[in-house]
Amino acid sequence: MRAERIAAPQRVTLAHGGGGCAMRDLVETVFLSAFEPDGLEDQARLSAAALAETDARLAFTTDGFVVDPLAFPGGDIGRIAVCGTVNDLAVGGARPLWLSAAFIIKEGLEVVVLAQVAASMRAAADEAGVRIVTGDTKVVGRGSADRLFVTTAGVGVIPPGVELAAARVRPGDVAIVNGVLGDHGAAILAARGEMALSASIASDCRPLGALMAAALAAAPGLRCARDATRGGLASALNEIAAAAGVGVEIDEAAVPLRDEVRGVCEILGLDPLYLANEGTLVAFAPAEEADAAIAAMRATAAGRDAVAIGRATATHPGTVVMRTRLGGGRIVDMLVGEQLPRIC
Amino acid sequence: MRYADEFRDPVPRALLAAIAERCDAIGATEAAPVRIMEICGGHTHAIFRYGLDRLTPPGLEFIHGPGCPVCVLPMSRVDECVTLAERPEVILTTFGDAMRVPGARKSLLQAKADGADVRMVYSPLDALALARRHPDREVVFFGLGFETTTPSTALTILQAAADGQANFSVFCNHITVPPPIKALLDDPHMLLDGFVGPGHVSMVIGVRSYDFIARDYRKPIVVAGFEPLDLLQSVLMVLTQIAEGRAEVENQYARVVPEHGNPVSLAAVAEVYEPRDRFEWRGLGEIDSSGVRIREQYAAWDAERKFVVGYGAGPRAAAAPDGLACDEVLKGRLKPTHCPKFGVECTPATPLGALMVSSEGACAAYHQFRGARLESVA
Repeated sequence: MRAERIAAPQRVTLAHGGGGCAMRDLVETVFLSAFEPDGLEDQARLSAAALAETDARLAFTTDGFVVDPLAFPGGDIGRIAVCGTVNDLAVGGARPLWLSAAFIIKEGLEVVVLAQVAASMRAAADEAGVRIVTGDTKVVGRGSADRLFVTTAGVGVIPPGVELAAARVRPGDVAIVNGVLGDHGAAILAARGEMALSASIASDCRPLGALMAAALAAAPGLRCARDATRGGLASALNEIAAAAGVGVEIDEAAVPLRDEVRGVCEILGLDPLYLANEGTLVAFAPAEEADAAIAAMRATAAGRDAVAIGRATATHPGTVVMRTRLGGGRIVDMLVGEQLPRIC
Repeated sequence: MRYADEFRDPVPRALLAAIAERCDAIGATEAAPVRIMEICGGHTHAIFRYGLDRLTPPGLEFIHGPGCPVCVLPMSRVDECVTLAERPEVILTTFGDAMRVPGARKSLLQAKADGADVRMVYSPLDALALARRHPDREVVFFGLGFETTTPSTALTILQAAADGQANFSVFCNHITVPPPIKALLDDPHMLLDGFVGPGHVSMVIGVRSYDFIARDYRKPIVVAGFEPLDLLQSVLMVLTQIAEGRAEVENQYARVVPEHGNPVSLAAVAEVYEPRDRFEWRGLGEIDSSGVRIREQYAAWDAERKFVVGYGAGPRAAAAPDGLACDEVLKGRLKPTHCPKFGVECTPATPLGALMVSSEGACAAYHQFRGARLESVA
């Protein structure tokens, strides 16, 4: 139906960024119809009731999205733009509430593609329980951007008593992931078609708010969580080890990976620990609460495969070590450079 | 993952026990270890990735050989490649790991940021396809690697010739494994007791090319696969030869490596290439007959001739950059951690020497999987 309403302009032109009638029409037909904000003023006006609770804190984050291609198995730039920002809020223990969305569009982009992205954002926002309340559109000429870039900012509320921080991780804490690793990176790689690989891997792109809320309810002592996006699990663990001044030891056999992802990595010489994820996090829980956290995660849609993969140690502070299947040990360092550009 | 996990699971206790027993039989100790060089960078990477050096007894020392083509690429060739890339008509195509190799002026990655049209490809055929799509440009493929990648470049040149694709050429830096091994064995400071031979290279050239190692230098060599069990079994085979006083060429990787190599690949290579008199290796200097060049017959697809950047056109510098011990590490005389710049000024993020650039380089492998933090990790 939406495609019929926007049948007149097939492609975005510079006129759509000019601030006049064309832009108004585009915003109305594509964005307002998808996001249904409450008002049309230049700024969203939001109730502060959620903040009224004593000692509740506001969480505020922003992220830009340039993923190539725009659509891939398991998601598209719209879904990732919502989930990425929602997850940045969620891993901080915040309940995500509101998002803004800004679109930088290259002239010539098919309007139907833009409409699909907007619809995908609305669906992801509904799934995450957030609303897209304000936005902006800019159109740039050819050579100034590649098709479509999206920036979202998000606001959420951290309930009183929730204090997640990497620096709080202590030796003995258990490292938990909520599912298999590397699906997003492998899916993008396969979707680009540069490798002549055919793989049935879908991105893990999904919101993690419900999962984090469940984990926090079951394991109130949870120390921290990080979504393992660019740089993958390896980078998230290194950041935590450095911030907390602890070592981290993970068990290769315990790290959950799909055979397809392992296969892609094997062929291309990639390390799945560095592949990006868009709906997979690593959390640290005190040993006595680890089982409860895992069980709570498993009861949510995004945590069916939650599992412990290792622990924090007092030895080798700041360094992540993996026990290999053969029983050897090796350092898992930060990613140097980029394994793949434009992954999110 | 079938056909891979079988070579990784589980802990190969029997193999490790046998390796320890042979080390004892030879009398190898941590103070006086038996030194085995794995020639191939892929093996170096696997040793660290699976922690094999930590599983084997202290009387066994792995010496990391020169078999990482990116690592031994001389700076002068990077400079020539950057100059090629900076020509406005050129699209310079390269394997990804060559992008960060430092040149005297800049790396290809820096050249790209400065505006040169440098594109990463996964196969020389991708570069040829790019040439078809851009008939108004000159597409140059940065050909580098050992006998493993030489055939694919040769076949691409043959394809370009068959298609009459005039705007495609190869900047050839292909090198060969046996000559540097001979150079290492001729070095009076050589301390090696045996070799683990390269798997993929041997898949192309076969195993007879290594006969001189056993016959002339009385050193055992075992051609090995890349899985942990392959490597451990190959080490055991080398140790067994030493213990029994034998020096032979053995093939542990017979499931992939035919004794006489791949005749189709060898024919394509012979058709397109001829040996160079000598070629420069970073850290090792110039080595006789260690590289190949494109034959006159295929000059139209030879970037050296097309753009007049022939080998020897510019100054050659065999020495490592100031203060770096790359050459000593490449020869196995120093461990990466013994280099004064290791992990200080020379890191994977800011590589000064080429051994730090590629994940197959000994220094990068040390830094990534062992690092200066080696001692703190049990």
